Amino acid sequence: MSSKLKFWIYLSPLFAFILLGVFLFGGLFSDPTKLDSALVGKPVPEFELPDLYAPDRSHNESIIGGRVVLLNVWATWCPTCYAEHTFLNELQSEQNVYIIGLNYKDYSRADAVQWLQELGDPYQISLFDQSGLLALDLGVYGAPETFVIDAEGIIRYRHVGDLNPRVWREEVGPVYYSLLDGQE
Amino acid sequence: MLNRAKQLSIFLAVLWAAFTAGYSFAQGEFYAFETAQQEQMFNELTRELRCPKCQNQSISDSDAPLAQDMRQLVYQMVMEGQSREQIIDFMKVRYGDFVHYQPPFQNSTMILWLGPIAVILIGILVIYFQAQGNKRQCANIEAEDLTPEEEQKINAILKNNADNSVSQASNTNEERT
Repeated sequence: MSSKLKFWIYLSPLFAFILLGVFLFGGLFSDPTKLDSALVGKPVPEFELPDLYAPDRSHNESIIGGRVVLLNVWATWCPTCYAEHTFLNELQSEQNVYIIGLNYKDYSRADAVQWLQELGDPYQISLFDQSGLLALDLGVYGAPETFVIDAEGIIRYRHVGDLNPRVWREEVGPVYYSLLDGQE
Repeated sequence: MLNRAKQLSIFLAVLWAAFTAGYSFAQGEFYAFETAQQEQMFNELTRELRCPKCQNQSISDSDAPLAQDMRQLVYQMVMEGQSREQIIDFMKVRYGDFVHYQPPFQNSTMILWLGPIAVILIGILVIYFQAQGNKRQCANIEAEDLTPEEEQKINAILKNNADNSVSQASNTNEERT
């Protein structure tokens, strides 16, 4: 064996270590709780859910489509939903964003209604999903989650966690506004 | 006395029934099945499907409400007579490949499937080349690295050893005779 070859062979563990180091370093900053949605690019699943305020009124998938909407999954048992609520109110009142609320497995209808009356209601339509059926079809695994849905009713983006000015500016907002521009 | 015996036999009967009948428990929930196949499929699926909320727990392990819903759904689908693949696909459509503990073979999971094989192969190669190297090193000492004096010295030692062992052997022979 020439000494040059030997040199490289003895050095190879160092390169393997550096490669592994780079790989693991990347892993340090990835969030394992953020799952890729299997539903991005697919239409919103069919559903039939009662209105939050009026138990005898029901909505189905036809309320989606025709305009770009946000679908926000929330519940009164979810502290992060409380944190993002003020921002949702701002989005609705200041930027005129059309938001559909999906109340997900809440304690009771009354609790949810009281919450909206106290904190303000940013939702154009509020769905009441006590059993979590639509949420399950949407692949929801926690609250809050927000879906950006285009005018054809196709899910374009899913954000897990709270919406706040930073997330809106950097992630969700650009998707929403590019869809709005495309629509015009 | 009789009463006691009766109690005991009832207890044993209930115990027997609990072990043999098609029931399943997961997180304190109770599921009844019509056939043993259904029960087996339910148990397998709830252990193979991963809870999206509490990662690294199967839906059979987890006490999250979401896992509870998923167990209930798996139970319903098993009772409806849906196949294993149908149920897994149903979950994958909603939660992605993540939800199944057997990742599919594709570009992003290549390292997962081929990594261990690659490590074993590299290990075998390293051992092979090291063995080769050792052999060559031994050969080198004999053929090249010895000066004539060293060779003489070694020969002398070898000869000495041989004589010793011969004399030792003859010694023992003498002792025996």
